[in-house]
Amino acid sequence: MIDRRRLIFSIGAAAGGGLALGFGFTTSGEAAAAAAGAIGDYVLVAPDGAVTLLAKAPEIGQGAKTTLPMIIAEEMDADWSRVRIEFAPVEQRFGDQSVGGSTTTPENYEPMRKVGAAARSLLVQAAAERWGLPAASLKTERGEVIDPASGRRLGYGGLAAAAAKLPPPDPAKLVLKSPKDFVLLGRDHVGVDTPAVVRGEPIFGIDTEVPGLEYAVYVKSPVPGAKLVSADLDAARRQPGVTQVFALEGLAPPPGKQVGLAPGYAPGVAIIARNWWLANQARKVLNAQWDETSGAGHSTDHYDAQARQILKGAGKVASQHGDVDAALAGASKRVSAVYHAPFLAHLSLEPQNCTARPTADGGVELFAPTQVATDARELTAKTLGLPLEKVTVHMRRSGGGFGRRLMADAAVESAAIAMRAKTPVKLVWAREDDVAHDYYRPALWMAFDAGLDAQGRVSAYRAHGVSFTRDGTTPATGGGVTQDAAPGLLADSARAEQSLIPTIIPTGWLRAPASNALSFVHEGFWDELAHAAGQDPVAFRLAHMRARVAADAQATGEGKPKLDIGRLAGVLELVAQRSGWGAQGLPSGVGMGVGCYFSHRGYFAEVARVRVSNDGDWRVEKVWVVGDVGSIVLNPLGGRAQVAGSIVEGISQLRCAVDFKDGRTVPTNIPDFDLVRMPDAPEIDIHFLVTDHPPTGLGEPALPPVIPAVVNAVYAACGARVRELPLTAERIKAALKAT
Amino acid sequence: MAISLRVNGRVLTAEVPPEMPLLWVLRDELGLKGTKFGCGVGACGACTVHVDGAATRACLTPVGTVGSRQITTIEGLHAHPNGPALQTAWIAHDVPQCGYCQAGQMMTAAALLKDKARPTRDEIEGAMTGNLCRCGCYDRIHAAINTAAGVEA
Repeated sequence: MIDRRRLIFSIGAAAGGGLALGFGFTTSGEAAAAAAGAIGDYVLVAPDGAVTLLAKAPEIGQGAKTTLPMIIAEEMDADWSRVRIEFAPVEQRFGDQSVGGSTTTPENYEPMRKVGAAARSLLVQAAAERWGLPAASLKTERGEVIDPASGRRLGYGGLAAAAAKLPPPDPAKLVLKSPKDFVLLGRDHVGVDTPAVVRGEPIFGIDTEVPGLEYAVYVKSPVPGAKLVSADLDAARRQPGVTQVFALEGLAPPPGKQVGLAPGYAPGVAIIARNWWLANQARKVLNAQWDETSGAGHSTDHYDAQARQILKGAGKVASQHGDVDAALAGASKRVSAVYHAPFLAHLSLEPQNCTARPTADGGVELFAPTQVATDARELTAKTLGLPLEKVTVHMRRSGGGFGRRLMADAAVESAAIAMRAKTPVKLVWAREDDVAHDYYRPALWMAFDAGLDAQGRVSAYRAHGVSFTRDGTTPATGGGVTQDAAPGLLADSARAEQSLIPTIIPTGWLRAPASNALSFVHEGFWDELAHAAGQDPVAFRLAHMRARVAADAQATGEGKPKLDIGRLAGVLELVAQRSGWGAQGLPSGVGMGVGCYFSHRGYFAEVARVRVSNDGDWRVEKVWVVGDVGSIVLNPLGGRAQVAGSIVEGISQLRCAVDFKDGRTVPTNIPDFDLVRMPDAPEIDIHFLVTDHPPTGLGEPALPPVIPAVVNAVYAACGARVRELPLTAERIKAALKAT
Repeated sequence: MAISLRVNGRVLTAEVPPEMPLLWVLRDELGLKGTKFGCGVGACGACTVHVDGAATRACLTPVGTVGSRQITTIEGLHAHPNGPALQTAWIAHDVPQCGYCQAGQMMTAAALLKDKARPTRDEIEGAMTGNLCRCGCYDRIHAAINTAAGVEA
């Protein structure tokens, strides 16, 4: 078991006579052995002063390949203009090399600081020995060690060879900078791959080229669990450019598990050709027939009817405080509603793909655009029955992740195909494959029953959620229906109930998983409660929050919720100020709505200004965002991009759905999704509220609030309370008729 | 059959069927992987190239229909009259997140600026609406086009 808190360092000489600092995480047992020899390079200082840093986390557009090396360079006082960055290999010493859940910053901030501090301490020590001065008397700046007394300077390059002969530093004794002395972190930095992107360099997974490469499609049934009955393999073999065609039986994952998270892959037919288009063309004559009885009844219409029936009763109690039933019975006013959010697809622009090359020792080498490099390696090894050391994974830049690449299915498939074909193969899914074989954001249904007391305070908050299960007991991946959401936490009494519908549909994590649906239902309903209480939606929320902050100040120990209501109130107050909330005189058909949510360790409040036409067409004109992700945004340029992207994606999530018919998706390609394009994108005002907390990630927490903010703004604009997504003109018109 | 193409000022030859889309000839046969595959149905714009200067969806363009017309891909954008300004602006604004759509975005933008040196907001949105960005870079794409055009946003 890797203990991420325990760092070890090794020192070696880099090629050409520089310093090579290796690092890894390890248990104490391994530490001594590993420290005795080099554990691989991570920071290289060349004699000419050039610095190479490795990036150990995958890059999916969230900036990890820029930000993590920035942290090292900061503590090292490297000259950023002379730093080159490469992906690290995928090895156990780095622990889990994955990106998701906005965890990259919080989990790597301290370790990467220590790596940088270790490199700095070695270079300073080398200078101290050269000058015969105490190391503590020296300073560093932009790739040089400085003796402040004499003004002498020595470049890191000239010290690297001497530093390489020093013993590894003790991680416990490293001195980290005070953040007030940061010169790189907290300042805008262009992404390290941006110049390569604008030149069209082949840096993405799908661009991988190896000698002798052939191209594959893998034809699967669009219905999960279907079995291949027949296919005309010979007809496909006769197509131009086709080199191999074969069926693979696949490997079913353990019961209740799904491919992508457990060993296994789906059955199908691999077609390999000299280019991808020829392989994909040959599908047309394959005439694959499937036994698709596994999909019978797995239709969104059916799920919807099941869920609404279930919501008439009670669910399994997941959490509660106070006596909800008594509070409901004694309420001055009761409010009930049912909300629904649909299945969604990820639609990362780079379709799923992976290049696999069989190796001479019977193993396989993968070139993977993935969020889960470690899982891709381990699941490939387990699925193919290979020892882990015979599977090598090279990280490749991903054309979007959004949680889709948390599943290693394409990597495993490519390995299985290449091993059988005995040739290097680039597997690329057609967009239709990508839509048909996603791990969908599971649909959610939520019934609310709430009570208001005579002062308009929420006295009872019952929320019964319906999601899905694969094993009959636990929620399907990405399908949690209960969460520490503010409305329940702040009510005098609350009960969260959960019910689960069996499904065969693969489900997974979509950017801000669970929160992207739960924010809609909770913050939409909280808005309804504010209006039912006759109060302003911001003032209503803040009144409940302030009461709790006052109570929490008295509470001690385990009575405190992990959600810091004070931080949530902080961003809400500020976004109300910045957006001019409450101002009169908005044009007819224009409304402002608010949403606030805590997810992925970040606190965000957002106000949307939305224009709704008489026909129910709507457009988000502007979104104000205030976020609290702690004491520093490591790279504000990249951080603002993550926030703006979250707003745009949140609006896309408002506009899309994936329906199923007997296990098969109804949409098939991009035109079936009303994704946000440039004319639909709002103006976005972004502000970070700096607080005295450790820095956390920005890939996700800005996304959830915009969804209810827009829905609540539609209500403010025209009086249509929409409780089902997607937010279509038809639903807005129907809601208007219902009022 | 052998098909000759004029790509980024060079003549390149591929042994491919005439109905094969230009996208896949560029990527898999000619080794020019900057042009990207997104949807295969002309709906995302990731495969945008120039054919005689016009922004064109390479995934829907049979290679046999190109003839002797000049093809420009992202790899040849630097030689386009607006190419260097766009590339500089794209870096200054750090437009890309994942970056996968950017070749198509920049090729569309270059064709726009050739037609309209100082496009209005509506003209920019009209030209760029066919180019999908799943990371939501639209505000920075817009700003970078204005910068490249010398327009104060």
